[in-house]
Amino acid sequence: MGFGGNSQQLLSKIATNDKHGENSPYFDGWKAYDRNPFHPKNNPQGVIQMGLAENQLCFDLIEEWIRNNPKASICTPEGVHQFRNIANFQDYHGLQKFRNAMANFMSKVRGGRVRFDPDRILMSGGATGANELIMFCLADPGDAFMIPTPFYPGFVRDLCWRTGVKLIPVHSDSSNNFKITREALEEAYKKAKEDNINVKGLLITNPSNPLGTTLDKDTLKSLVSFINEKNIHLVCDEIYAATVFSSPNYVSVAEVIQEVEHCKRDLIHIIYSLSKDMGFPGFRVGIVYSFNDEVVNCGRKMSSFGLVCSQTQHMLASMLSDENFVTTFIEENSRRLKKRHDKFMKGLEEVNITRFPSNAGLFCWMNLKSLLKEPTFEDELKLWRVIIHEVKLNVSPGSSFNCSEPGWFRVCFANMDDETVDVALNRIRAFVGRETKKPVGIKRWQQNLRLNFSSRIFDETTVIMSPHSPIPTSPLVRAT
Amino acid sequence: MGIEIEQPCVELSNVAVSETHGENSPYFAGWKAYDENPYDEFTNPSGVIQMGLAENQVSFDLIEKYLEEHPEEASTWGNGASGFRENALFQDYHGLKTFRTAMASFMEQVRGGRAKFDPQRIVLTAGATAANELLTFILANPGDALLVPTPYYPGFDRDLRWRTGVNIVPINCDSSNNFQITPEALEASYKDAEAMNFKVRGVLITNPSNPLGITIPREVLEEILDFVTRKNIHLVSDEIYSGSVFSSSEFTSVAEILEARENRNAERVHIVYSLSKDLGLPGFRVGTIYSYNDKVVTTARRMSSFTLISSQTQHLLASMLSDERFTESYMETNRERLRKRYQMIIEGLRSAGIECLNGNAGLFCWMNMSPLLEKPTREGELELWNTILLQVKLNISPGSSCHCSEPGWFRVCFANMSEHTLEIALQRIRDFMARIRTETETESA
Repeated sequence: MGFGGNSQQLLSKIATNDKHGENSPYFDGWKAYDRNPFHPKNNPQGVIQMGLAENQLCFDLIEEWIRNNPKASICTPEGVHQFRNIANFQDYHGLQKFRNAMANFMSKVRGGRVRFDPDRILMSGGATGANELIMFCLADPGDAFMIPTPFYPGFVRDLCWRTGVKLIPVHSDSSNNFKITREALEEAYKKAKEDNINVKGLLITNPSNPLGTTLDKDTLKSLVSFINEKNIHLVCDEIYAATVFSSPNYVSVAEVIQEVEHCKRDLIHIIYSLSKDMGFPGFRVGIVYSFNDEVVNCGRKMSSFGLVCSQTQHMLASMLSDENFVTTFIEENSRRLKKRHDKFMKGLEEVNITRFPSNAGLFCWMNLKSLLKEPTFEDELKLWRVIIHEVKLNVSPGSSFNCSEPGWFRVCFANMDDETVDVALNRIRAFVGRETKKPVGIKRWQQNLRLNFSSRIFDETTVIMSPHSPIPTSPLVRAT
Repeated sequence: MGIEIEQPCVELSNVAVSETHGENSPYFAGWKAYDENPYDEFTNPSGVIQMGLAENQVSFDLIEKYLEEHPEEASTWGNGASGFRENALFQDYHGLKTFRTAMASFMEQVRGGRAKFDPQRIVLTAGATAANELLTFILANPGDALLVPTPYYPGFDRDLRWRTGVNIVPINCDSSNNFQITPEALEASYKDAEAMNFKVRGVLITNPSNPLGITIPREVLEEILDFVTRKNIHLVSDEIYSGSVFSSSEFTSVAEILEARENRNAERVHIVYSLSKDLGLPGFRVGTIYSYNDKVVTTARRMSSFTLISSQTQHLLASMLSDERFTESYMETNRERLRKRYQMIIEGLRSAGIECLNGNAGLFCWMNMSPLLEKPTREGELELWNTILLQVKLNISPGSSCHCSEPGWFRVCFANMSEHTLEIALQRIRDFMARIRTETETESA
């Protein structure tokens, strides 16, 4: 049964290529978690999910607000009189009060140091949709965007899959603290030109995923100068803006352009979302904020393909214009993230695991180079598989972030409760303890490359799951 | 002193600067006129009445009543603190299982149980706008073509072509046979595409049709299915108005035909649905793709990451749509109210001397004003449209905006206003037609 001939040929190239990113080896981690998910009571030996950058620390604040503000819902007796107006509203401009509230929130997150114009706020299907939308506006198929490594793996799908845009990595490494240097940018740009690739812009994530750091003002200024000089666009994904928990203070590109002389604002675009700062990725609130009028006009029309649900707009219009709530939330969110971060770092320090010092984000960038036999990506993956199957933690290997040096791992810490953090730290302590008791040069885990468990056999070359059974909790499925 | 060379403005993409979004068309003058002078029953009774928006506003009270009577279901997060947390975190592109199951069962109900839908084949998108674009990305490459019967929903020009780079080649239909799609028209369209060097990837039909307001007869659907099978191409059936058929038995979904054929060759068929029209909830962005093709389901699901349905909405609707008593009663009442509105407008127009296509579905009627055209051309039609807009103060949609090959037809929406407003609109038309008759009589005297 089926088409006469190869059914694959009857789908488009986009449909049949791999740019959706799900056929990558990193899915082993998700598989392991799915088969054996940790639960404090029901499955305390299960795999702990530390690969999901979610913010679960402040739901109580939001729930309380919702309970106290029944009018913000169109389904409660207090709010149902608004039901038909809201249910019927599909104007791609978005509710004015929603845009006002978003502009207000974005400004507060940046300490009020910059004001945002509600008329420049465009909606999209989460930051996933926003990043794709801005590419459609700025680049043609075959054009390229420069992007510093390490970067969020989902970018390959978001920026390239349906747009046909290429990514040009701009490498950084620990030798200079993963700084994005002018030299690295110039080199990448030059090489692209030599290869006849049309570079349309530079995309940065600030605060950084996976590094968990904010860019200092000078670096930001130098990036702005660079793109001005080359006359290319700058897209700043500021999705983690409110997860900054310690100094240095956050500097948004919106602040910097006020200070750079002769800055061509038409080149500057910000991507935002509430998925990380507020912890509700399920509500799909993505924002494109552009300083370029044409992009705003065109992007607004494109937002029809991924509008924010009017029910959600209505609720957020109230929530985010509640000054008291916003101020309290931002402060408390920051405080709880710091507490969680500090607890986790202390645990790592106790076993001499170093990590990249961070002041933002929902994760830490852990340095496990000392546990690699050889500083190679093969060994990184081998170590990773051991961490999944023996230590039972799903963490993300640096190579999945296109990191240019092996041995780094991103570990998320804000998507669980305190007790689970303790369990995770205990497991790490036990593992490192075992490793450090051995004779130098021979790591125990390397003698057991083929790991056998009573009911499961893991082959190192286990492939990637079938395209017909994607892992429900994988990062790409969750667009995280 | 050197010559200063001005840095050229950085170009945006070709997609960004193209006009394929369709908004720079003359029809937007209608929206402008409405925006500048919108009718309001009390504050602006002489303003422009919006009859260009295919919205269903006749049945909100039923949903509001449901919400009032089901406070637990209405609370969008279920019981307990963990309800909110789980819902807020849920961004799995498979969608909430309860919601997918409820959608599948609702779609079955809309088709009177004459077809079965497997919840595993349902892919969720933020609206049918996204669903149609997404399917196009999957079924066709840039430069390829989809065949679409005319007249068609103007938004297709944007949804199917803009970012995808795919072309639309019309399947021409006309009033000689009540705008039915014929095998000859299908073949001719295919040849047209070939002559333009476009690879044809599929046929996209809207059933019931927008703007015609009629269901496609079973025999015609069989012919279309045979055609796409012969040509080895896809069939997309946009069934967004399936719940707006005045009498449920008059609608045949392509799903029923496939079942009768034991799903032979079903892998080339994909159905688009949404709750924007049948339930009147366009703001909630609830679209679905139902595909009989595994690879399309998998790929569409991955692509839906760009356009997921808010988990808040999925949760609310999962409850509502799985309440069969509610949905049965809603569907019956909604159909009846639409039918009544349709009767009202048809009779009102007839009494003014205007005939319409004999419709049986949708939120609009397809009005024939060709006898009034100065010239039987697109320009003539636009002139008449302009007159109706500025003199009669009604914003209706000219057939040319729907790519109709015959001038003089207009789509007039009737479900996005109160009955009272519809009366006012009909009175204005009656007065306008009376004026024209008087003028004509005076001229010939």
